[in-house]
Amino acid sequence: METKAFQRIYTQLTGITKATVSLRAQGVANEELAMVHGRLAQVVKIMGDIITLQVFSGTEGIPTNAEVVFFGEPPKLKVGEDLAGRFFDAYGRSMFGDSEIEGEPREIGGPSVNPLRRKQPSELIATGIAGIDLNNTLVTGQKIPFFADPDQPFNQVMAMVALRAQADKIILGGMGISNDDFLFFKNVFENAGALDRIISFVNTTEQPPVERLLVPDMALTAAEYFAVEKKEKILVLLTDMTLYADALSIVSNRMDQIPSKDSMPGSLYSDLAKIYEKAVQFPDGGSITIIAVTSLSGGDITHAIPDNTGYITEGQLFLRTDSDSGKVIVDPFRSLSRLKQLVIGKKTREDHPQVMNAAVRLYADAANAKTKLENGFDLTEYDERALKFARDYSEKLLAIDVNIEVDTMLDTAWQLFAKYFSKTEVAIKNELVQKYWPN
Amino acid sequence: MKTQGKVTGIIANLVIVEVDGPVAQNEICYIDLAGVKLMAEVIKVIGKLAYTQVFESTRGLKVGAPVEFQGHMLEVSLGPGLLSKNYDGLQHDLSKMKGIFLQRGDYTDALDFDSEWNFTPIVESGAQVIAADWLGEVPENWVKHKIMVPFTFQGKYTVKSVAAAGKYKLTDTIAILVDTKGVEHKVTMVQKWPVKKAITAYREKPRPIKIMETGVRVIDTLNPIAEGGTGFIPGPFGCGKTVLQHALSKQANADMIIMAACGERANEVVELFTEFPHLDDPRTGRKLMERTTIICNTSNMPVAAREASVYTAMTIGEYYRSMGLKVLLLADSTSRWAQALREMSNRLEELPGPDAFPMDLPAIIANFYARAGFVYLNNGSTGSVTFIGTVSPAGGNLKEPVTESTKKAARCFYALSQQRADSKRYPAIDPMDSYSKYLEYPEIQDYLNKNISENWVKMVMKVKNIIQRGREAFEQINILGDDGVPLEYHDRYWKAEIIDFVILQQDAFDRIDANTPLERQRYMMEKVMSICDTNFHFDGFEQCSSYYKRIINTLKQMNYSQFKSEEFYNYDRELETILNERRVE
Repeated sequence: METKAFQRIYTQLTGITKATVSLRAQGVANEELAMVHGRLAQVVKIMGDIITLQVFSGTEGIPTNAEVVFFGEPPKLKVGEDLAGRFFDAYGRSMFGDSEIEGEPREIGGPSVNPLRRKQPSELIATGIAGIDLNNTLVTGQKIPFFADPDQPFNQVMAMVALRAQADKIILGGMGISNDDFLFFKNVFENAGALDRIISFVNTTEQPPVERLLVPDMALTAAEYFAVEKKEKILVLLTDMTLYADALSIVSNRMDQIPSKDSMPGSLYSDLAKIYEKAVQFPDGGSITIIAVTSLSGGDITHAIPDNTGYITEGQLFLRTDSDSGKVIVDPFRSLSRLKQLVIGKKTREDHPQVMNAAVRLYADAANAKTKLENGFDLTEYDERALKFARDYSEKLLAIDVNIEVDTMLDTAWQLFAKYFSKTEVAIKNELVQKYWPN
Repeated sequence: MKTQGKVTGIIANLVIVEVDGPVAQNEICYIDLAGVKLMAEVIKVIGKLAYTQVFESTRGLKVGAPVEFQGHMLEVSLGPGLLSKNYDGLQHDLSKMKGIFLQRGDYTDALDFDSEWNFTPIVESGAQVIAADWLGEVPENWVKHKIMVPFTFQGKYTVKSVAAAGKYKLTDTIAILVDTKGVEHKVTMVQKWPVKKAITAYREKPRPIKIMETGVRVIDTLNPIAEGGTGFIPGPFGCGKTVLQHALSKQANADMIIMAACGERANEVVELFTEFPHLDDPRTGRKLMERTTIICNTSNMPVAAREASVYTAMTIGEYYRSMGLKVLLLADSTSRWAQALREMSNRLEELPGPDAFPMDLPAIIANFYARAGFVYLNNGSTGSVTFIGTVSPAGGNLKEPVTESTKKAARCFYALSQQRADSKRYPAIDPMDSYSKYLEYPEIQDYLNKNISENWVKMVMKVKNIIQRGREAFEQINILGDDGVPLEYHDRYWKAEIIDFVILQQDAFDRIDANTPLERQRYMMEKVMSICDTNFHFDGFEQCSSYYKRIINTLKQMNYSQFKSEEFYNYDRELETILNERRVE
């Protein structure tokens, strides 16, 4: 983004705040980019000839006689096959100093898909993790976050899911992730030999927080290019959306907006929806699937960020450490994939829905038995069996280090049923029991 | 001469325009962005400056862009062809838009102006008419779509002439009316109406007198909604709001369904688009889509149009009500609409009310709910708009402003409980927290007792009492332990569980159980109540729970069987045998 010869240079700022500068200028368009004192900025408010610009990297040290040059266009990303295998910063500039991208510049944060032109998602994404494939099946075109506390290994799980998901491209949008985590992703993808399928847009904690606001739009603009033009299956990983929302609240605060719940801007829902709703199944085969991370504070999902996210996304995945097996599992009670109904028992084996429900129900019985035990009540013989089942279930199926096919998951579940319960206790439709009950 | 203006300020989708003539509050204008027209609405005027909310993204807009005011508020076009359409929030036909992505300024016609309709006159020349009187009708799907005297006409008119039966286009003149001053007015099949104003061209709006059957037991039996009534469904995410709304839209005993998808997930609307053209309407045998109109402004579509979308939906509902139809309007979710109001109020720098919502939020919501209702039309026939909105309370907390304001306005409250959803007891409507004010109306009580069974209302009250007592017993058992309470507590708890499993819970994904007609609801309810009135003998609490589980299982099998089929009666007999095992006279 170099300055062009005919561009007018302004040198008189009329106001400076922590995140914005204002000046008098003519002919400026809303949301246009500009360079202020060598830093990228975007027009956020126009009042007559007073232009207010948001400076992404902050206004520290900007003098009132700073040079301001307007670009005459909103933020763009050059898209092309070249993007694959590369690492970019929040502005879409190559991180490791390699050559410029050859391609057509596209405005980021473009228009929405006409809902009538969408296709109903119907293609399963296999991850090999039973907590996902068996209980909370993912579908292409879906958007789903991990709700996790900072101490949980969500980035590791997400990287694992991404590599197993058989996507044509994996696009990583890193917002405020630590440099260590960024290098973790880079190494994992490198070691898996998947670098040519990866595109990264990363803002680490070492960089200014407001820059993060560009990351999802950059990632999704690249995703739309490959999904629409190349008809590819794209998986977009966004981590961590909580830090993205925090950046939103910083900006809205500095623009003197009245905060709503939890000091978040009143437009949080729309801001998040604009990103998540980019997940789509296109009619001619391309798709964008979004897996995000929303980190929680002390597991509190009533906070405005996870709360608004839950209303937007198609389910949510919770991780927790199982106290019996000591392994990290995908919580079968609180996790939910809203789109699983579109594939289970249809794209997977017919017994999938019933086996899934029966296993979770029996696992719930075990949880009740545990409460009984904690409250000092006696356990029945059934309770004892339920507890043993729960231990096996979490170790052989729920643990995230288990990597098996959906059919194997179903067979394993049947074996556990038969080992601990009678047919009536499992209460699955008779014709399925006759077919699948192990002898 | 239309008022013109020039853009002088831009803050996101709030655009300030300097005008050269008169402008009205809520007047519509078009802002010219390099040849693309962006629709906007005036929301505040100070001196020569009109503050407008733009229904599109304002990216690239510059100061000085020309603006043209239209001299009217946001309007919808009303006429034959509205049924089965998929509109955006401003009534633009989504199917006519070009390309995969929504382009700014791609404003498509709401109606098909080339199509021809088979008109049959109802009035004769010389007749005296007033606004909303029926002049003639055209067949639209299975509805007899009435062509009415436009709602904007005031006072009395004499029909000078009316078109003969035959095929006409929407814009052809089908009648000429003469007002009291002798001025002639041409009437076509299309009229326009500003969405923010209620259509009140009817004779009378009485209190509702009957219920609207939904096929959902926990609604119809425990907390019925009146035809022309209002209700709302608040619930945290993941509690089944959307599944419940979809069930209502499929099963409700209405002539027409309007779904306003307001600021929700696009894939949910895609589900309607995909399924409704294939699903059968049990009443008419036709496809569900034929009685449905979808107004769709999903969460990623322009925020300002979200507010418009619910008004657009309501106006179309009122229009069909004027034809004597039973309309059910479902809006998912009104919280998103309230949030849109909040965003705008914030940009206007208004002093905020609770949670930064505008101060007049309760009034806006109350006004909107008041537009529903059961009415007697000019000719004495009846029509109704029943409205059910969902609310998405922030953090699942029902004490937030949108839920509280709605609670004051709506007469039925269907509280979705996280606890019921967590234990997979769907629909997760809490039977005790929820209420229907209509159950207290003497008119509705008479209707229920006459049309379902004598003492019905009394029985419903008794059911609620049993559930309440069952809950108390359950708490005691939890505190004192299974063997720390008298056996009677277990009995009480399990009787409430029968009601829970057999009446309250309903499988929305099962072909038969999903929809329970009133006759069947009555049968099952009487069956369950007779069990609740029976004394059984048990030797211990373990016997008690396993016995009741058998009863529940058999009753559930009945729910899954075709009503009054052989299978159904077999389970009924099986149940009798089980009951006889432990019955104490």
